[in-house]
Formats: sequence, structure tokens, C-alpha cells
Amino acid sequence: MKRSYLFGLALAAAFGASQAGAEELTGTLKNIKDTGAITLGFRDSSIPFSYLDDNQKPVGFAMDICYKVVDAVKKELKLDKLEVKLNPVTSSTRIPLLANGTIDLECGSTTNNAERQKQVTFTNTHFLTASRYVSKKSSNINSIDDLKGKTVVSTAGTTNIKQLTEANVARNLGANIIPAKDHAEAFLMVETDRAAAFVMDDILLASLVAGSKDPSIYVISKDAFSKPEPYGIMLRKDDPAFKKVVDAATAAVYTSGEGQKLYDQWFMAKIPPKGLNLNTPIGPELKAEFAKPSDSPDPDSYKPAM
Amino acid sequence: MFANFDFDVIRRSLGYLFFDGMTFTLTLTALSALGGLVFGTAIALMRLSGLKLLGRIAGIYVDFMRTLPLVLVIFWFYFLVPYIGQWLTGASRPISVGAFASSLITFVMFEAAYFSEIMRAGIQSISRGQPAAAQALGLTYRQTMRYVVLPQAFRNMLPVLLTQTIVLFQDTSLVYVLSIPDFLGAASKVAQRDGRLVEMYLFAALVYFTISCVASFGVRRLQARIAIVR
Amino acid sequence: MNYHWNWHIFLEPNPMGTGTYLDMLLSGLWLTIGTGLAAWIIALVLGSIVGVLRTLPSRAASWIGFAYVEFFRNMPLLVQLFLWFFVLPELLPRTWGLWLKQLPHAPFYTAAIGIGLFMSARVAEQLRAGIGSLPRGQKMAATALGLNTVQTYAYVLLPMAFRIILPPLTSEFINTIKNTAVAITIGLLELTGEARSMQEFSFQVFEAFTAATVMYLLLNLVIVTAMRLIERAVAIPGYISGK
Repeated sequence: MKRSYLFGLALAAAFGASQAGAEELTGTLKNIKDTGAITLGFRDSSIPFSYLDDNQKPVGFAMDICYKVVDAVKKELKLDKLEVKLNPVTSSTRIPLLANGTIDLECGSTTNNAERQKQVTFTNTHFLTASRYVSKKSSNINSIDDLKGKTVVSTAGTTNIKQLTEANVARNLGANIIPAKDHAEAFLMVETDRAAAFVMDDILLASLVAGSKDPSIYVISKDAFSKPEPYGIMLRKDDPAFKKVVDAATAAVYTSGEGQKLYDQWFMAKIPPKGLNLNTPIGPELKAEFAKPSDSPDPDSYKPAM
Repeated sequence: MFANFDFDVIRRSLGYLFFDGMTFTLTLTALSALGGLVFGTAIALMRLSGLKLLGRIAGIYVDFMRTLPLVLVIFWFYFLVPYIGQWLTGASRPISVGAFASSLITFVMFEAAYFSEIMRAGIQSISRGQPAAAQALGLTYRQTMRYVVLPQAFRNMLPVLLTQTIVLFQDTSLVYVLSIPDFLGAASKVAQRDGRLVEMYLFAALVYFTISCVASFGVRRLQARIAIVR
Repeated sequence: MNYHWNWHIFLEPNPMGTGTYLDMLLSGLWLTIGTGLAAWIIALVLGSIVGVLRTLPSRAASWIGFAYVEFFRNMPLLVQLFLWFFVLPELLPRTWGLWLKQLPHAPFYTAAIGIGLFMSARVAEQLRAGIGSLPRGQKMAATALGLNTVQTYAYVLLPMAFRIILPPLTSEFINTIKNTAVAITIGLLELTGEARSMQEFSFQVFEAFTAATVMYLLLNLVIVTAMRLIERAVAIPGYISGK
């Protein structure tokens, strides 16, 4: 009953909007106010940014930041209640689902780069990471060139698989590249010897290794496929009002010291489901970014404070 | 051979598998079958009506849906439905559609093509005498369809319709490609999270097999009982 | 609509370095055809054997055929592919399992065999129906002439049965081609998989899928026409299988 009422309200508002000239709210904010709900996209296994814990509930660093944004939106729209809907996304569905309106914010481990900014936009960076690969110590793969002729896996729809593909052509590696649906599946391929290496952002690799059955048999490469690139929470393009609210909310989180607290909670303490501690202290570039939040896609713009 | 396997993982995840996964699968199957049947019957009637244009449109729809792989249709609808919603309701931006609604629309539209062929065969198998007698009694086209032809067609084709529903039940597993949490998707999630591929996939195979087997057996019994002696 | 159309995407170079996006889709198309044909040949061979088994007078043979068909019909194709691809290598002795897992083009072989087995059950059912629809006099006449079972099947029953089931076999062949799309879940980059890859790299969702749709429609047209020609070529004058 309530749903059809809300839907009717949304319809009426939609028709009303097409007739009225200057509306106070537009785009996503308007939709949120009309439907009383905001939809967050979450990941399955992007530990510790956005993943499912033992009760199949999405948790993580990016999720917590998103919830803070939701609070800010609620305050901005002066709503008594704001329903938060959660929708699972994968690397390959996140952009189309954002574009077609299924989700309003994508809270995960999405790399912010100029090419993606043609389709979507990002808010202030919440992490910096470079693309590396993980392999079993026994496979003796010590550099990117050792991947010659091997089977390498990466997750479909990521910048990593693109970088891997380009490196494969540029360095003439002749590697057989398999796309996997999500990170857990890809890591499993290395675990079961189906692939020799898994190319992904190094923080995600570290988390997967730490959570595996026997972490000591894996090694993460020193070689990187890219410079440390920024992660950002994604939102729709051409929606400046919504971006303003989200940017303000994330900037507030980072500059107030809350960002550092959340960081320590997910990177320096025990996290669900197995109580692992990733023990990754905050890097100088990220610390500088928290002090002065930026949504730039250019990796070179993130420098440690002098 | 089975020494390394931890079948306990199945017991631990039973709740999630059946309450979340299987409920999704069964609900999707049931609703899609109903929706597909209604829509399919409408398409069949369009094809059998005397009107050339309607028949053509229906024919093209059926041929189109039957040529494409279900996986491709699933992708199409998942990304397309919100835009269609926007166009239909004149909203300023695409309508947000959840995974279940999108899957439901996909399967209803897809299965309607198959159900329409079955219903068309069913309607055509009814002897000409029936609608002729109905006309002689003064019933309109709508009344003839509703009271004379469709009930008989439905009864004749019930076993085939149920078999197609079993096929639909198995086809719902394909929403896996979009990480939508049906039964197979749930089993897969547990498998990848705990690294227990063998146990979970064997269990999933067993469950699908049992349900389909029992259902097929039921359909065969039903077929024997309702067969009309001519 | 905030979707940015770009139909020129097909002529733009793809990130794999193998040419344009169109080349990517075409390579997927070849793989679809290749996998489909391989699977169909397996399906025909095995399906015929099982179909014949089900019509033999021996009860044991009939039961084996029944079990075979029920096994492959009651599991979704996706689950079967997972069993062959993920479960089988783990159940074998370690060296064999490793060899299977690291076989180049493993998804292709698994898909061809998995889909082939799945479709063989359906071919078997069609053949059983085809043989069953022949007048009983045929078999009796063959026995009267002194032909044994093998000769009866080879010279009398099967030639006619195959001609009768040629139309349903055409749709089963098309189903085989459609079922190759399921193999994207085990990493086979056939047409649907390449369209998805294209969508992921270029973000042009609708262009990619439209191209894939058009290619499937064309493929369907080619197959239906080819099968119709075959039907006409093998039709026995004055017999069934009319138009």
C-alpha cells in the first residue's frame, strides 16, 4: 500500500517537474526526497572497503563513509526518515547500474580515472592504491615479465584487467587472460592453481591473502602495473546539486579526523568476519589528501604533505 | 578422494541457501510462469486472430525471443528496463528497478514466447466443431475463447506447460551472470567465500536434480490421469 | 536520457590490441560457431546411440538410456558446466586435476563437451520419438527379410527416423548455439562474452548488445536456410516431411 502511494507520488512529482519551470530540487536529490529512499551499491568481496560479513550484510570502510553521506543527505533534505536500500554490484555492473538509476551511490573500491569520468563522476578520494599481482611463492613469478605465456586472471570491468591487457600487448607477454566475475572468484583461481597470478589493487590483494586458508604460500609482487591511483565513491554525472552535498559530506568526514578514525577501524584493527588485522598504516599521500580532500583522477596530484 | 572435503559447510549455510536463495528461485519461477502464461496466451490469440498485422507482430516477437540466448536477454533487460520505465512514465531520469523486478520482467517476456507456441498448438488442436457449436449457440468471440476453447486448450496442454515450467525453473539459474542471489548464486557466494567449490556445487546440483526429477515424475502422473480419451 | 550514444565505437581500436571492437565481436562469433558445432557433433553421436538404446527390446539398455536422459535433463546447463569445470578437476588425482585446470582453452573443451552432453539427451528423446513414429510394419518386414537388429536399425529404421526428425533437430541445433552463451560463466569469450567485454571496456552498453543481437539473428537465419536445403536434399520423393 505504502509503496504504491510513494510510486504515485513519484509519478505525480515527475509529471509536475516536467511542467513546472524552476524546481527547487533536481535529479538525485529530488528522487530521494520523493521516494524517501536512497540506494547504495555494495560489493561482494572488496575487503575491507565493501564486502559481505558472515551474516551476508555489507560492511566496510567505503560503506561507513557512505552511511555518513546518507546522514548528510537526510539533514540536507530535512527528512525525518530516509530508507537506505542496498543493491549488490560487481565491477562490470556498477557503472551501467549507476547510469540507469538502479543505485544512487556506489560504495566500493572503484578507481577514479579520467576515462570513467566521461560516464560518471566521483567524490573525494578515500584511498590510494597501485595495481599489482599475487601468485603462489612456488610459481616463482618475480616480475611482470615472468608472466610470459602463463594464465593470468583479473576481475572483469576493472582498471586492472585493462592495464593487464595493455601490458600484455606492450610487453609481448602472450599471457592467457581470464576475466572473473568478482575478486573472490579470481583469488580462488590462483588458490586452485587454475591461474598463475591475479592482478588487482594491492590493498585488495593483501586482504584476500590475509583471509585465505594459508597466507604464507602467497606473495604480492613488487612490480606494479600502475602508479598509486585514487579510489572514489561513484555518483551520476551531470547532477551538481547532489555532488555538492556528497562532496561536502565526505570532506567533512576526512578533515574532521573521523576519516582517520574509520581508517584505523578498518585497516589497523580486527575486522569481520574472521577478526583479521590488516595492519596497514595510513600512507603519507592519503593523510595529506584527508587534510585537503580532492576528487582528482590524476595519480600525480596526490603528494605527501611537506 | 573425499577426505579433504568439508561437507559441514553445507549444513552451516542451509538457512541462507534456502531462505534467501531458494525462495528467490521458486518465487521467480512461479510468478514468471503465471505472467508468461497470461502474456503467452495473449500472443497466441493474436497470432490466431484473423488480423494479418497482429499476427505478424506476434510472430516476429516469438521468433525474435526464440532466436536469442537467454543470457543475452537477461543482460538486455537488466540494463534496459529502467530506461523503458523512464520512457513509459515520462520521468526525468531512469526509474530504479531492483534485481528481482528486472529478472521477473525478463523471464515473463522470454517465456511468453515459448508459452505462446504451446498454447497456439493447444488451441489449434481443438476440433473445429467446438467453436462452430459455440457460434451456433450465439456466443461472441470473447465468450467462445473464455468458456469453450481456452479451458480445453489449457487442459490438453497442461503437461507440456508444466514441463516448460520445469525448464523455466532450471533457467532461472542463469541470473548468476549478474550476481543476482538466486539459489545457485547463493551457493556460489558461500563456495567462493569459504573456498568450498566442490561441496557447494555438488549440493546445488543435487538439489536441482531432486526438485526437477520429482516435478517431472509428478507431471507424468498428471498426464496419465487427465488424458482425455477420444 | 543521460546515456551517451556512440555508434562509431565499433570502428575504434579495442584495448586488447587485436584490432577494432568489431573484430573483438567477430572473434566471439567464430568461437560461438566453433563451440556450437563441436557440441552439436558430440550431441548427435551420443544422442543417436542413447536414442537407439531406448528403443531396443532389451530392458537393461532401455533403462540405461532412461537414466542417461533423466540425468542430463534434470540439471540446469549452468550447474552441469560448473560440475565439469570446477568440480571434476578437484575429484581427480592431483596430477590429472592440475593438467585439466591448466589446459589451454580449457573453457572451450569443457563448454563443447558439457553442452554436447546436455543436448545429447534431447537428441536422444527426439530420435526415440522419431523411431517410435515409424509404422511397426517396417521393423517386422526387416525381421522377415532376415536382417538382424544392427542391420534393421542401420538400413531401415534410422534413415527414415532421421529424416522425420530433421525439423526438430534444426531447432535443437539452434538451441545448442544459444546455449554456448551460458559458457561465459566458465570464461569462454564467445559472442555474448565479447559483447559484455566490449560493454565493460567502452561503457557503450546498448551498442555492444545490439551488435550481438544482430549477429545471433543472422546466424539463426543462416542455419535455418542451410537446414532447409539439407531437408530438401535428403527428402524421399512421395514420402512425408512435406514442405
